[in-house]
Amino acid sequence: MTARPRPHRVRPAPPFPLRSRFGRYRAVAALSLGACLAPLLQADVVEADGKVHVTYWEKWTGIEKDALQRTVDRFNASQDSIVVTIFTTSQIDRKTIIATAGGDPPDVAGLWQQNVSAYADAEALMPLDGFIRRDGLTPEQWLERYYPVYAGMCTHQGTVYAAISTPAMVALHWNRSLFREAGLDPDQPPRTLDELTAFSRRLTKRDPITGELRQVGFLPQEPGWWPWAFPLWFGGQLVQDNQITLGTDPANQRAFAWVAHVSRELGSTELQRFAAGFGNPSSPESAFITGKVAMTLQGVWFHNYITRFNPGLDYAVGAWPQVPGGPANFSIGLADVLAIPRGAKNPDAAWTFISYLAQANLDAASRDELSGAELLCYLQKKNSPLRTWSPFFTNHHPHPFVGIFRALSAQPEATTHPDIGTWQAADREIISAFERTRLMAAPPEVALDYAQKRLSEDWARHQRSLARHGQLDPPSQDDARAQP
Amino acid sequence: MRSTERRGLLAGLGFTGLWIIGLGLFTAFPVGASLYYSFCDYSILKAPVWIGLENYTQLLHDDLFWKSLGNTLFYAALSVPLGTVVALALAVLLNQDVRGKAFFRVCFYLPSIVPVVASVMLWTWMLNGQFGLLNYVLTPLLGPFGVEPPLWLSDPAWAKPALVIMSLWGTGNAMVIYLAGLQSVPRHLYEAADIHGASAWQRFRHVTLPMIAPVIYFNIIMAIIGSLQVFTQAFIIAAAAGNGDGASGSPARSTLFYTIYLFSTSFYDLKMGYGSAMAYVLFVIIAGLTWAATRLTRRLVEDVS
Repeated sequence: MTARPRPHRVRPAPPFPLRSRFGRYRAVAALSLGACLAPLLQADVVEADGKVHVTYWEKWTGIEKDALQRTVDRFNASQDSIVVTIFTTSQIDRKTIIATAGGDPPDVAGLWQQNVSAYADAEALMPLDGFIRRDGLTPEQWLERYYPVYAGMCTHQGTVYAAISTPAMVALHWNRSLFREAGLDPDQPPRTLDELTAFSRRLTKRDPITGELRQVGFLPQEPGWWPWAFPLWFGGQLVQDNQITLGTDPANQRAFAWVAHVSRELGSTELQRFAAGFGNPSSPESAFITGKVAMTLQGVWFHNYITRFNPGLDYAVGAWPQVPGGPANFSIGLADVLAIPRGAKNPDAAWTFISYLAQANLDAASRDELSGAELLCYLQKKNSPLRTWSPFFTNHHPHPFVGIFRALSAQPEATTHPDIGTWQAADREIISAFERTRLMAAPPEVALDYAQKRLSEDWARHQRSLARHGQLDPPSQDDARAQP
Repeated sequence: MRSTERRGLLAGLGFTGLWIIGLGLFTAFPVGASLYYSFCDYSILKAPVWIGLENYTQLLHDDLFWKSLGNTLFYAALSVPLGTVVALALAVLLNQDVRGKAFFRVCFYLPSIVPVVASVMLWTWMLNGQFGLLNYVLTPLLGPFGVEPPLWLSDPAWAKPALVIMSLWGTGNAMVIYLAGLQSVPRHLYEAADIHGASAWQRFRHVTLPMIAPVIYFNIIMAIIGSLQVFTQAFIIAAAAGNGDGASGSPARSTLFYTIYLFSTSFYDLKMGYGSAMAYVLFVIIAGLTWAATRLTRRLVEDVS
C-alpha cells in the first residue's frame, strides 16, 4: 500500500490567528466581547422564519447538480430547523478562498479533494474535530465509516477538515466490441502490464497505405488527468519521510520510462497527430467513446458520459493491470469534499448538513429509503464512500459495474495523491514532466530530475512559510533522525 | 481663497468625490498594498510576514519565471510587429475608394467584438492538427514538397506561433484606429506628392507613415501592453491541449505565459506575496518597454506634432 505521507507536523488553525501581535489583540477583543455575548456569538443565525439558512456553494451543474439538489431537498424535508440552499458556483476553490478572506464565506463549500491540504495550511477551513467530539466520537471513530482511501482525503496532518460528498475510483475501462474485432476475449481484460502492452499492440490499427494511426489500444495520456498515479502504480512514492522523491525513486523512473516507451513504439509525431483529433475525455469526442482508444483508465463517473454520448457502447470495467514490483490491486481514489470555511456564519447547521451526507440509512430497502451519502451517490450513479452499503444501494445501483469500484475502494492498496499543502503546484509539475516525456521532449530521467528539483524547492519554501506563521512544530528527534 | 473659488472647489469635489473615494479604495489602496505584500510572505488568510527582498531574489532563481517571461517575450516579439503590419495594411486597403467599403470594414472589424472564449474555441478547431481547417488547406500545398503541416496546439514548438496567428483575429480595433489616422492625413500633402511625381509607395513611405506616426506609436504601445498580458487565449488553449488545467501551460509549458504563471502562483498556490512581486516585475518590464518605444518613436511623433 502507498501510505499517505505525513511530512511535517502542522498545528491545526485556532479559531483566531494568534501569531501576530494584531492577531492577539483581535483575539483578546473577541474574547472580551464573547464573554458578554457568548450565546449570540456561538449560535447560528436564526432567520425570521425561525430557521437557520445554510448557504452551500457547489461547483456542479447537470446531473450532479440535480442529484445534489434532490439530496438537499430530502435533508431539508427531514427536519424543520435548517434550510440548505445550493448556489452553483464556478471556480469554487478560488471564490471560496476570496470570500473567506473577505469575511463572507458560504457555510458549506463543495471543494475539490486537492484543496483540503492547501486550504488547511492557509487556515481557510474550520477543523471538524470539535464537531465530531461534540457528537460523542473521536475523529478516528468518525473516519472509520469511510474506506481508508476516502478517510485520508478528509484529513490534513491528522486533523479532519472535510467530509466526502461524492467519491470516485479509477478503473480500467475496455471496449468489448474492439476486443472482439481484434480476436481478444471481451470478458478478459489485461491482468498485467505485459498483457496490457500485448493487448494494446493487437488493438492498434494503422492505415494500410499511409501508415497513420487509426486506433490505439491504450495510451497513458488518455485522459491524462492523473499522471501522478503512474509512479504509484509502479510501486514508487512521490513524497517520503518529509522529502520529495518524485525524481529519486527508481520505481517512478520506471513508470516514466514506460510512458516514453509507449510514445516511442507508436511514433511520437504520429501519435501526436492521431491524438490531436481527440476531444475532451468528458465530451462526445472522447477517444474512448468514439472508439479511437480501446482501453482507458477512467473514473466511476465515466458511465454517465458513455450512456449520454454513446449509449450502445459495449464496454466493461475491471481492475488496473498488475505492474511487476508495483502493488497488487492498485487503484486511485478521488473525491469531492464538503468543508466549512473559516468565518462561516452557521457552522453548527453546516455540520448538521455535512453529517447527513456522511452517513446513510444502511437498512434502506427501497429508493425512497435511501438517504445521505447513498442517496447522493445513487442519483449520481457513483459508488458510496462508506464501508457499509444498504441492501437497496448494493443490489439496485444504476451503475452496472459499481461492484468493481466498491471492491477497488476496499483494497488497502487503493491510494490517492500525497497529503501536502503544495500539491497543486506539484501536480502541475508532474503533468509537465509527463508531457515532456510522452512528447519525447526530454528523456524521462531528465524530466523527473527537473521536476524533483522544482518540487523540492517549493516544498522547502512552503515549510519555511509555515514556520514563519508559527504553524510548523520544530522537528522531533525522530523526525531529525529521518532526515538524510 | 475667495468664496466663489471655495464654492467651485466644493462643487468640484462634490462631483468628483465619489470617484476619488472609489479610486482610493479600489485602485490606489490595492496597488499600494500589493507593493507591500510583494515584500511579504502572504497567502491572503494569514497575516503577512515581512521577508524583505526574498520574493524578488527567488524570482531570479525561478526557472518558470524565466520560462514564462521568455514565452511571453517570444509571443510579443512576433505578435506586435505582425499585428501592426496586418492592421495597418488592412486599414490602407479599407481606406481606398472601392464599392462596398463599409461592408468590408464591418467584416474585418467584426471578429474584434466576438467574445474571446468563443473565438478561442473556434480557433481550437481551426488549428486542430488532424481535422483543422488550416491544415486542410496546408496539407495539399506542402504535400508536394514532402512536408507535413505542423500540429499547432499539440506541438510545443508550434503552440506559440499558433497563438500569434490567433491574435491576428483581433486586429480590428487597431485597424479602426489606423483608419481614423489615415483619414486625418491632409489631402493636399498627397496632391503635392503627386505633383512631384511620387509613386504610391513613396506617398505611403514619405507622407502617410510620418503623418500617422502618433497613431502607430499609440497602437504599438497598446499592443506591447496587451501582448505582455496575454492570458485568456493561452489559458483556454492549454486547458484544451492538456485535457484540463490551463495553468499547466500545455503542451510542455510552451504556452505558460507570464500572467498565467502569476495567476497560478497567486490563486492556486496561494503565494500572494510572490505573485505581487511578479506583478511588479511585469509592471517594470512594461514600463521599460513603453519608455523604449517612446524614445524610439519620439522624433517621428514630434515631427508630426
